[in-house]
Amino acid sequence: MPLYPGPLQDLIDEMGRLPGIGPKSAQRITFHLLKSPAEDAMRLAQAIVAVKERISLCERCFDVAEDTYCVICNDDRRQTGTICVVEEAKDIVSVERTGQFSGRYHVLQGSLNPIEGVGPEQLRIKELLARLEEEDVQELILCTNPNLEGEATAMYLARLLQPLGLSVTRIASGLPVGGDLEYADDLTLARALEGRREIGNA
Amino acid sequence: MSLFRDRGVVLRTMRLGEADRIVTLLTESHGKVRAVAKGVRRTKSKFGSRLEPLSHVALLGWQGRGDLDIVNQVEVIDTFRAVREDLDRIGAGLSMLEVVDQVAQEQHANPALYRMLVGALGALAQANSPMVSPAFFLKVLVLEGTAPYLDGCVSCGEEDEALLVAFDLLEGGVLCRSCRRGRPLSPEALVLMRRTLGGGLAGVLGEPRSPLTDEVMTVATEAMEIHLDRRLRSVRSGTLA
Repeated sequence: MPLYPGPLQDLIDEMGRLPGIGPKSAQRITFHLLKSPAEDAMRLAQAIVAVKERISLCERCFDVAEDTYCVICNDDRRQTGTICVVEEAKDIVSVERTGQFSGRYHVLQGSLNPIEGVGPEQLRIKELLARLEEEDVQELILCTNPNLEGEATAMYLARLLQPLGLSVTRIASGLPVGGDLEYADDLTLARALEGRREIGNA
Repeated sequence: MSLFRDRGVVLRTMRLGEADRIVTLLTESHGKVRAVAKGVRRTKSKFGSRLEPLSHVALLGWQGRGDLDIVNQVEVIDTFRAVREDLDRIGAGLSMLEVVDQVAQEQHANPALYRMLVGALGALAQANSPMVSPAFFLKVLVLEGTAPYLDGCVSCGEEDEALLVAFDLLEGGVLCRSCRRGRPLSPEALVLMRRTLGGGLAGVLGEPRSPLTDEVMTVATEAMEIHLDRRLRSVRSGTLA
């Protein structure tokens, strides 16, 4: 096994710990950085430092934030009566891209996964309950992933929250635009049929 | 290096890379199989919901040289929809999947275990019976060759039912008052366990949830944990019960 000088080997090892990067990729990236201009490498280093120093979780919704609150929580134009519950901060970006939602979010930081031992205590559910009164929430949109864990999380939250007398809704599930019925799986198609609605003649 | 066709139940899935998943299945004739399903996490994936845990599927796979096979095509046999849309039943179903994942061996066909799992999930889909998962645990113990002895005291042979008051899987089954070890066991729970293993399963599954079925669930869970030498996270996380 070739031994590289200490700092070089350290960087290769660190790179190799990143998700999806194996030993060969780690080596390739490291040598690319070594060859590239110093300022490029410094920019990367500074970006990493900046992220770790300046980004934390929003105290209200647990989205990633630069201040106490995230950009969305700080925005006065957002409606306050509606909360969209998502699993990860990444999901907010997906929902925001649609431009269809103007309320605030709540990031659970994961989903219920009994086999991996993730229970309700590990998620930000207590914090969500606290927000309901504080912000006078009328509607809660459960926007977790439509997989087994996400559905279980949505059902758990629905069971917990429905007795509180606010409207709890679940995002619809159906066929993707541009999809093909022939290749649709039974469960998705069955749900799409159940969730059908009168076609508007606008 | 060959294509294979088999039927199986998806036990668990793990994210892999950008949009792929590693799927663990219990198949009928290839034992436990770990396979990569490419692109499942994309919205337009051809696999869609088919490779979610609990799904009973027919699959066409490619067995490569490495550890992981590749999933080529999947068709659903049964999604057990009633199970996955009821929080209690998801918990029961997942606990069975967890047990099977621990017990099943790769490259080692176990058709009996496969049939039991499919049967148990089918029973759970039909009715929300609190006895499905404990009965499944006990039956798996029998299949594994560690059937608990319920006919008399494992230590002294005492057969008087009134005296059989304790259960300890390390000892191998029930114990009488003078030899007792392990956890206490009520006479009604003993009867229910005997019926479960003695051909009265259909009647047992009709039991409504009660402190008695909870007791059998606890006994069966502990016995299974001793056998696996590991906690059953899906039962213990207490999430869904």
